[in-house]
Amino acid sequence: MSAGRVAATRAEYCVVACAEAWRDAGEILASPMGLIPSIGARLARRTFSPDLLLTDGEAMLIGPEGTPEGWLPYRDHLALVTGGRRHVMMGASQIDRFGNQNISCVGDWARPRRQLLGVRGAPVNTLNNPTSYWIPRHSARVFVEKVDMVCGVGYDRVAEHPGAGRFHRIPRVVSDLGVFDFGTPDRSMRIASLHPGVTLDRVLEATGFALAVPDEVPRTREPTAEELRLIREVIDRRNNRAREVAD
Amino acid sequence: MSDKTMSARDVVARLESGMTIGIGGWGSRRKPMALVRALLRSEITALTVVSYGGPDVGMLAAAGRIRKLVAPFATLDSVPLEPNFRAAREAGALELMEVDEAMFMWGLRAAANRLPFLPVRAGIGSDVMRVNPSLRTVTSPYEDESGHHETLVAMPALRLDAALVHVNRADRAGNGQYLGPDPYFDDLFCEAADTAYLSCERIVDTAELTKAAPPQSLLVKRLHVTGVVEAPGGAHFTSCAPDHDRDEVFQRLYASTPWPEFAERFLGDDERAYRSAVAAWHEEEA
Repeated sequence: MSAGRVAATRAEYCVVACAEAWRDAGEILASPMGLIPSIGARLARRTFSPDLLLTDGEAMLIGPEGTPEGWLPYRDHLALVTGGRRHVMMGASQIDRFGNQNISCVGDWARPRRQLLGVRGAPVNTLNNPTSYWIPRHSARVFVEKVDMVCGVGYDRVAEHPGAGRFHRIPRVVSDLGVFDFGTPDRSMRIASLHPGVTLDRVLEATGFALAVPDEVPRTREPTAEELRLIREVIDRRNNRAREVAD
Repeated sequence: MSDKTMSARDVVARLESGMTIGIGGWGSRRKPMALVRALLRSEITALTVVSYGGPDVGMLAAAGRIRKLVAPFATLDSVPLEPNFRAAREAGALELMEVDEAMFMWGLRAAANRLPFLPVRAGIGSDVMRVNPSLRTVTSPYEDESGHHETLVAMPALRLDAALVHVNRADRAGNGQYLGPDPYFDDLFCEAADTAYLSCERIVDTAELTKAAPPQSLLVKRLHVTGVVEAPGGAHFTSCAPDHDRDEVFQRLYASTPWPEFAERFLGDDERAYRSAVAAWHEEEA
């Protein structure tokens, strides 16, 4: 492995793109939901964001080697959310161009065509601490013009509530095709970078609304040799990431 | 101290159709499933159920016992979507008050504190406000640094007629102890309720409670508890750490079996019948 380095896979670009969400975050709780964000958060802590806190997925805060360092049952987790010292990366069944997110149901809420999880903690997350999203299969069914139920609050909605919205921020959306942010004048979604091998046309085709496209579309950065080593030999030795994102 | 021990059947005999019932635990974790099974064996119906939903919600919904559900989600954790809850929603079979996880907690806190509401930021800007037209906002009487008065959601108290929770240990008077990593919100459910019923893996003498575990494991105080039920395996098939893990294979069976078939085979006449049906199934599968 160390001689003749194998090129990074798409899943590994996704891991690094997720990890970047927690760069310069300081001493806060990283709450990754889902496999690729979890690998990303652990990678960030082992490299450029060593002060991050992470849980075991239940009630314990654990160090990189799994040593418990604190207790965070749900009730305290909810308090920590409102205190703001947290950056969560959630999933999304639907997300629209202003970052409104849906995990509750598809179709009319009163009689859904497809019942999903429910709003969970998306409303409290988005109003209180930075909330990013991870979408393993970028498609026009997920990136929609308008979500059926606003669980996670987007920039257009929060603009109507300037007081309660003062802690609202959606730093990034990472998909298997690229990285997206809301750095436009009207805070609509734009391409921040495309993963290597992904064409602009493919992304535009797989997105159900008009994405803002910068004049020069950057590429998602290469993982460093050390990052690849950590992902492959320490954090995800069984290569579970390849099952979530194929090449 | 009065002896509050009773059977699951005694608990159900004190409940009535149309009640608002809070169910403790979280998702598929430490749910008072023996008490839920006892409810399913009764004729009680038209319930308003208040729950961080798991198979408790799924089973009661499948059996048509829920008129209205108050919940932020329903999940089996390792199986993300609760199949019977989904089916009930897609059939329009129950009324839903869908609120955020934190709103839900503050609703219980308001009830426990006998307050009509508590202010929360969660919910503002989201469709939780659209689908719950009865939710109101409240404006702070204090201005912030920029002279603005913040408007927040006034989460109404979730007052309960009865709470059902399951813990690891309890004494006969109703002092309840959890031994796993998370208390969830079981103390709050009891405090928010007019009557609370506590099932436990094992009833022990009061002095036993603090012999092997620290005082902060004493989650529920007897003054909030109406009845205590000894129900070993009473959270099955949800997890009840450290007494037992979730029965994952059985949960998968539940998630993939049509409810009438599942109920017919496993519900039985009482908890003993349930346990032997589960044991027989495990034996067949082994």
